[in-house]
Amino acid sequence: MATPSRRTFLNALGLSGVCALGDRILPPMMRLFAAEDPLLSGRPLVRYPEKTDLILLTSRPPQLETPMRYFDRAITPNEAFFVRYHVSPVPTRVDLDTWRLKVGGSVETPLELSMDDLKTKFERATVTAVAQCSGNSRGRFSPRVNGGQWADGAMGCAEWSGVRLRDVLNKAGVRKEAVEVLFNGLDKPAFPSVPDFMKSLDVSRILDDPNILIAFQMNGESLPMLNGFPARIVVPGWFADHWVKNMSEITLLDKPNDNFWTRAAYRIPDNTCGCVEPGTSPSRTVPINRLKVRSFIAMPANDARVPIGHAVQLKGIAFDGGSGISEVQISDDAGNRWRRVALGKDRGPFAFREWSADWTPPRAGDYRILVRAFNTLGESQSATPLWNPAGYQRNVIEQIEIHVV
Amino acid sequence: MKRVIVLSFLILVIPFAVFSVEKKIQLPPDHPFGKLTAGPGSELTEKKCGLCHSTDYIVRQPRGDFKRWQGVVTKMIKVYAAPIDEQEVRTIADYLASAYGTAAAETTKPK
Ligand code: HEC
Repeated sequence: MATPSRRTFLNALGLSGVCALGDRILPPMMRLFAAEDPLLSGRPLVRYPEKTDLILLTSRPPQLETPMRYFDRAITPNEAFFVRYHVSPVPTRVDLDTWRLKVGGSVETPLELSMDDLKTKFERATVTAVAQCSGNSRGRFSPRVNGGQWADGAMGCAEWSGVRLRDVLNKAGVRKEAVEVLFNGLDKPAFPSVPDFMKSLDVSRILDDPNILIAFQMNGESLPMLNGFPARIVVPGWFADHWVKNMSEITLLDKPNDNFWTRAAYRIPDNTCGCVEPGTSPSRTVPINRLKVRSFIAMPANDARVPIGHAVQLKGIAFDGGSGISEVQISDDAGNRWRRVALGKDRGPFAFREWSADWTPPRAGDYRILVRAFNTLGESQSATPLWNPAGYQRNVIEQIEIHVV
Repeated sequence: MKRVIVLSFLILVIPFAVFSVEKKIQLPPDHPFGKLTAGPGSELTEKKCGLCHSTDYIVRQPRGDFKRWQGVVTKMIKVYAAPIDEQEVRTIADYLASAYGTAAAETTKPK
């Protein structure tokens, strides 16, 4: 730890890593989320350290959802980025003087890297990529399923910078026997019988993919604590269960990882849709992996009232698992006719792709606007939601209601 | 003189700024939103089901009858070794089925 005088000095200059916001805890007043989405109406709006007003899913461990209005743009602000933890307590204090990222297990030379080592001994790499929780939109499953009842805000897109995971593995020297790489963060369950949250990836997957990062920056700033300070794993194109936060240890394994969070959790039916007949169980499962195509309308909000005779500006985002979005379409007649909309700047295949359209309602009344996207492989979204018992990877065609008055 | 001050500022502050060092946050207590509805068994449920996580894990779950809630409680015991005995399982599942049971209307309506 730094000396008090140095800390005080830095604080006074506003240069210290200590987050001023972090010390200001708002009283748990009941500020509620507006009723634009029935699933979210009545949930508290809360402000956590380094975050703006977000929708509370759970307080211990903290889990926070991003309101839909932030998805009118490609980059989700750090302060609005969703928060998802599995076990409690989560880390609340990290001192970079003592923090080390350990790389061990089946390697030639075990490493203990400081933040300075990461920043000076490896080439920098940056990728703009979507982090989406496997259970995003779980609350909309019908029949309903147990688990975090997210609406659609357990996703976000940021520009992640750090170093390539494969460069770090190569520096340590991967032994021939190693098959998987296990990630562990600083979150440690207080209750010893609760399995520590750890995730793994195949060694070959990491060595082949220059986009998998150990990221220590998010949109040009250090990560908020609740998004993984000081460093997190970034696996572009894959669901965020692999994006382990507040990283502390990387272990090369000679045998596949048998940890609960891989063996039993985060698994989908072993078929092309990752789905089963609603209400049934799959006979075989595999770990959840690549993101499916999704698209959303963020503006106007669901249930908006607009005046007749004016064009309404529609805005939103689309994404997929890394092939890139090629087309976004909207429909105002229940999907009979689709109209192609304008795409925004291409920030790479792993990023949110902004889209926008002007829509002029032909007459007064209630309208449903549908949106769907296609990726460069020709994959799209379906009008019938897929279902699985864990409530993973929903990607149905989304819609909002607009009242023209 | 001014130059000396600027120089010593740079020498003293820049290295610290670059390696600036500690991040610390303080989390709020469990939000009252997660508080369980009062009723027979609510205290036991609050106590047992609040050990590892806040009870807002419970209040927004799909509503369910005794069997469905018993399934949730059993999962907590089997998977996470929640310290809850046979008798308590019954009390808790009874409470949850009455406070968060199927009787209360529930919308699954898409937005
Ligand atoms: C020993 C620790 C522990 C205790 C005690 C405990 N839980 Fe959990 N519970 C967990 C963990 C760990 C999770 C998973 C968190 C995650 O996936 O993010 C969880 C998740 C849940 C979920 C979300 C759905 C799911 O299956 O993941 C519900 C609902 C839940 N618990 C209800 C309860 C109830 C009701 C009780 C009291 C009978 C209880 N819990 C007691 C550890 C515990």
